[in-house]
Amino acid sequence: MKYDKKKAGRRNFLCSTGKALAGLGVIAGGGNLLGQGEAEENMKDSAGKGANSFPTPDYDWTKHRWAYGIDATRCIGCLRCVEACKAENDVIGDAHHFRTWVERYVYLEGDEKVHVDSHADPQNIAASGSEAEYRFDNRYKDAKVSKAFFMPKMCNHCEHPACVQVCPVGATFKTEDGVVLVDRDYCIGCRYCLQACPYGARYFNEELNVADKCTWCYHRITKGLQPACVEVCPTHARIFGDLNDSSSPVSEFIRNNPVQVLKPESGNAPMCFYVGIDKDVS
Amino acid sequence: MNEIVPFMTEIAPFTGYVYPNETIVPWGVLIVIYPYLTGLVAGAFTVSSFYHVFGMQQFKPVARFALLTSLSVMIFVPTPLLLHLGHPERAMNSMITPHLTSAFAMFGYFAAFYTVLLLLECWFVFRADNVVRANNSTGLARTFYRTVTLWSDDISPRARAIDSKWLLTLAIVGIPSAHGLHGYIGFVYGSLKARQWWESDLMPVIFLFSAIVSGVALLMVLYVLASKLRRVPIDHACLKGLTFALWGFLMFTVILEGLEFTNLVYKGKEGIDVIMEYVQGPLFFRYFILQFGFGALLPIAIMGLMIARNVRGKAFVIGAMVSALLVLMNVLLMRWNVVIGGQEISKTGKGLLTYPLPVWGRESLMSAAVLVMAPFALLWVLTRLFPPWTDPPGNT
Repeated sequence: MKYDKKKAGRRNFLCSTGKALAGLGVIAGGGNLLGQGEAEENMKDSAGKGANSFPTPDYDWTKHRWAYGIDATRCIGCLRCVEACKAENDVIGDAHHFRTWVERYVYLEGDEKVHVDSHADPQNIAASGSEAEYRFDNRYKDAKVSKAFFMPKMCNHCEHPACVQVCPVGATFKTEDGVVLVDRDYCIGCRYCLQACPYGARYFNEELNVADKCTWCYHRITKGLQPACVEVCPTHARIFGDLNDSSSPVSEFIRNNPVQVLKPESGNAPMCFYVGIDKDVS
Repeated sequence: MNEIVPFMTEIAPFTGYVYPNETIVPWGVLIVIYPYLTGLVAGAFTVSSFYHVFGMQQFKPVARFALLTSLSVMIFVPTPLLLHLGHPERAMNSMITPHLTSAFAMFGYFAAFYTVLLLLECWFVFRADNVVRANNSTGLARTFYRTVTLWSDDISPRARAIDSKWLLTLAIVGIPSAHGLHGYIGFVYGSLKARQWWESDLMPVIFLFSAIVSGVALLMVLYVLASKLRRVPIDHACLKGLTFALWGFLMFTVILEGLEFTNLVYKGKEGIDVIMEYVQGPLFFRYFILQFGFGALLPIAIMGLMIARNVRGKAFVIGAMVSALLVLMNVLLMRWNVVIGGQEISKTGKGLLTYPLPVWGRESLMSAAVLVMAPFALLWVLTRLFPPWTDPPGNT
């Protein structure tokens, strides 16, 4: 199933399930005068009661706390994850819009400076022959490489997401189960969230004129499936699961490894946990 | 794999490493224009307040004109934002359901409040004129001016005294509102921790002071131009007062900007290497040479010399005009170097981008130019309908 903007829209959710509640006109405290906070409250209520829940019926978002693990030491840079994500989520098929991407870090002998490249790199675009195909070129074939690794990147679905904080209308929000989503039917397309994300994880969707980003394949995980990128990873470099379940892959990954997060100084408290981050990874 | 969808977005060339999603610069030239226009509003209002609140008589010739200028620009302030939005038809969402944690959630309210305040102030300032004009005209003109006065046609001394009290109150509320609005715009950038170039506690203050200098400079240029067009002599005391104000506020602004940059460099946090590469490379000419050199230090020197040597007459007018035009360029460049500059430094701390400014299109050089010029077309119309040059009836 594709990420369905109609189903993803909280406005429509309100229409289908919460008309009566919305009609009460309860002004939600905190974030909003009316509407948005109200919609979130209704979602919490009806999800808990097993009503026509977003986006999957009978899914209870109060019972999960999703998290993501990335073992960079396992990543081989095959980019199946990138391609699967693009296909699964209808991500614009060029080298400038990614919900997940992979970076290549290379240290050459006698050169202290790290060389980093990814899919927007003109040499990689040339090597793949198309902006819609993703390959790392072979530029280091004859070089003396002292150290090299791949680093998968994506939205960190932060505990304190700056993108949610700055959204002027509340179209970007954090679900009860810890996923940061964008309401495509409510986003005004101001791109403030793109500026606020320190990880460059958001892009502007010029087809829909709204901000866009990774959803951890919310339409899949709410059905008990894995995100597409995790599903296709041939080396298990990507791990996903529920922190409420101590035996889930991600719980074990975090428990059994010295994990780190990206840019902890940003205060965003990322929920993507890494193994194998090098000092130059930013 | 999905097909590539062509769209009207230019890809920014880059050096070093930038995140793939960064290669489309999110905020373009319209977001440069937006704080520029807002600054002009606040600055023009400040000039009007010199007379209307602080009673500084030498600013009387431009006080009412400054108010019309502020209103003309304010009406166009939301337009660059609306043109920039992916869904302008949803713009009101920010006022219907403001997300109060967002630094931007209050903009609609502040802007609306300030526009109403400006309209009210203009109504009081021009009410007596409009009553007289309605009485002295016939037909459509009479209906128009009567409608504009909202059928309040009492211009007895008692009514005028009430007008004056209201005007003072509105202007007193207006000063913090105008400056609050612009300081707030600075906060939108200064509070954004993801970009080191923007993240600064001084940013709101710098925006505020640069707003004042831009407004004063604009009034100098417009006043001289209007006087030439009207073939009336330029009031030396007024122009000198504006020059003094510009000179003082400009020095303050430059020192603040210098302090901000020094702070950034001296602290030398992670990512400073690429910032220094940027400042010494692509930014050098438009930051140090144009913005600081030609846009600030040169006008400070010109105005300082003119004040020290008590220059008068035509030479003073030319010197003041040149200084004011340079300051207007300075502030526009400051907005550009902040808004575009911040986005040209990659969040990776390892690369630099170059914003490709489109010439045509929704967010382009042409649309920005039109939006900058449009307020002055409106101002021309407003000064024709409500001439601000003479004293209101009953005033001495």
